[in-house]
Amino acid sequence: MILALDIFEPYGFQFFRNGLVVATIAGALCGLLGVFVILRGMSYIGHGLSHAVFGGAAASAVMKVNYFLGAGIWGIVSGLLIARVARRRVIGADAAIGVVTTASFALGLALMNRYGQASKSIEAVLFGSVLGVKVVDIYAVASVALLGLAVVVLGYRKLLFSTFDRDVAQVSNVRVSLVEAVLLAMISLTILVTMRVIGTLLISALLVIPAASARMTTNSFSRMLWISPIIGAVTCFVGMNLSYHLDTSASATIILLDAFVFVVVYAIAGTRNRAKMSSLGHL
Amino acid sequence: MRQSILSDNESPLIACEHVSCTYGNSPVLHDVYLNINRREFVGIVGPSGSGKTTLLKAIIGSQPVAHGSITVQPELTIGYVPQIETVDWYFPVTVEEVIVMTRTKTKWWPRITIQERTAVREVLEKLGIADVAQRHIRELSGGQQQRVFLARAMFCQPDILVLDEPTAGVDVRTRHEILHLLADLHAEGLTILLTTHDLNGLAAHLPRLVCFNKTILADGSPREVLTSKVLEATYGAPMEVLEHGGMPIVIDHGRVAMRGEGK
Repeated sequence: MILALDIFEPYGFQFFRNGLVVATIAGALCGLLGVFVILRGMSYIGHGLSHAVFGGAAASAVMKVNYFLGAGIWGIVSGLLIARVARRRVIGADAAIGVVTTASFALGLALMNRYGQASKSIEAVLFGSVLGVKVVDIYAVASVALLGLAVVVLGYRKLLFSTFDRDVAQVSNVRVSLVEAVLLAMISLTILVTMRVIGTLLISALLVIPAASARMTTNSFSRMLWISPIIGAVTCFVGMNLSYHLDTSASATIILLDAFVFVVVYAIAGTRNRAKMSSLGHL
Repeated sequence: MRQSILSDNESPLIACEHVSCTYGNSPVLHDVYLNINRREFVGIVGPSGSGKTTLLKAIIGSQPVAHGSITVQPELTIGYVPQIETVDWYFPVTVEEVIVMTRTKTKWWPRITIQERTAVREVLEKLGIADVAQRHIRELSGGQQQRVFLARAMFCQPDILVLDEPTAGVDVRTRHEILHLLADLHAEGLTILLTTHDLNGLAAHLPRLVCFNKTILADGSPREVLTSKVLEATYGAPMEVLEHGGMPIVIDHGRVAMRGEGK
């Protein structure tokens, strides 16, 4: 049993406090962008990009290049390659993502095997490491979160319009390709700044699960934009604490917690929706 | 090349000249000449796959034109109503949100203002669905769904309304309601362009019809256009045209054969 005193025990460590702050902000940020990821059917892009950047992170660790620079360039190149491969219509975007990102990921793994001395930071990229959190990470995640918030608030209706009805938005003078580029850039930035702390696997999960749970709680887009970041932040905060006490991986604990929230919401929403839809039977 | 601007008020709202579009290597539109004038009510009829939707998309500017030009009046506002089957009805938006999202210029905080709420109410009232503003879009009947997207197109006070298959997948009563609604809007001075495959239920009631299959095969009043010869050229199947109460009625060969068997 965990005593009241034990609950605050991890807060005595600087690394834990830093990790907790970064994870919580990352949870909120991924939750916010996740709304667009799931409504646009981009889940696989988020998943793919985070795995592609892993290759870049591994390469920059081996070549001792600055992480943000190396992984950033790698991410951009992967994105361009995906766009290039997807242009062949017989292949399709999902297969293009599959080809490019798994190759990038495999390259990362191969580098990790070959140059074992760099393996520690590469593993940190894959699974995240709260021990590795530096102050610069906090600043990086916080600035991207503020930027993401600004983009969503200021571009709210353009984002909503082009997500819901791309063709008509375009006709109504919304620059749809610009909106899409901004969203993709935000997702890439998010992956870049959170990868070292929360890891490739957790990013993929955080970009999807909180937003999916939020979707089931409401039929309103604006409310979904509140609920999803809150679920993301709370599960990250609680998950970090739990992982310390249970001595489990932070990433795994947070993903399991998010999945648990999803299952609970799924069960409740299923019952509620059936009741609601049957009351609309007259339509 | 694609969209130049006309300055003369008397010239057509939209003028397509020698327009061709391709999808991959196959031509979808071929050498289309079409003028839409102010206050006209035009229906484009043709079989599925004839390129009707592509022509609409070329006109509204979301489909690139391979050859020719589409000229629109300066500052023409187009209200576009897509085929309701293409709408994602599971998307988390209420009717009010759907309509307001078209007004993309907001203050820094994108809340729906009282003025916007009133304007939405007005347009919904005009279309006879004032009570659905706060409903999720999935909680609507077929006729209401069509009206919501009509309301969205009307919200920006368009010069021309462009509708893609407004009566696809709706029942007879709803089709009547939509037809009357559009006729009222036209009577108030709105220009309307629509596509339809419904010859008897919708097309025969319109003042001007364009028979279309990759290119324009006939253009005129229903009486001029709805003939066996034109329809066979458009649909590639023999069709018979009867007259009932001064209106042409199209009977396709399949239906005649079945009726013959029943006798």
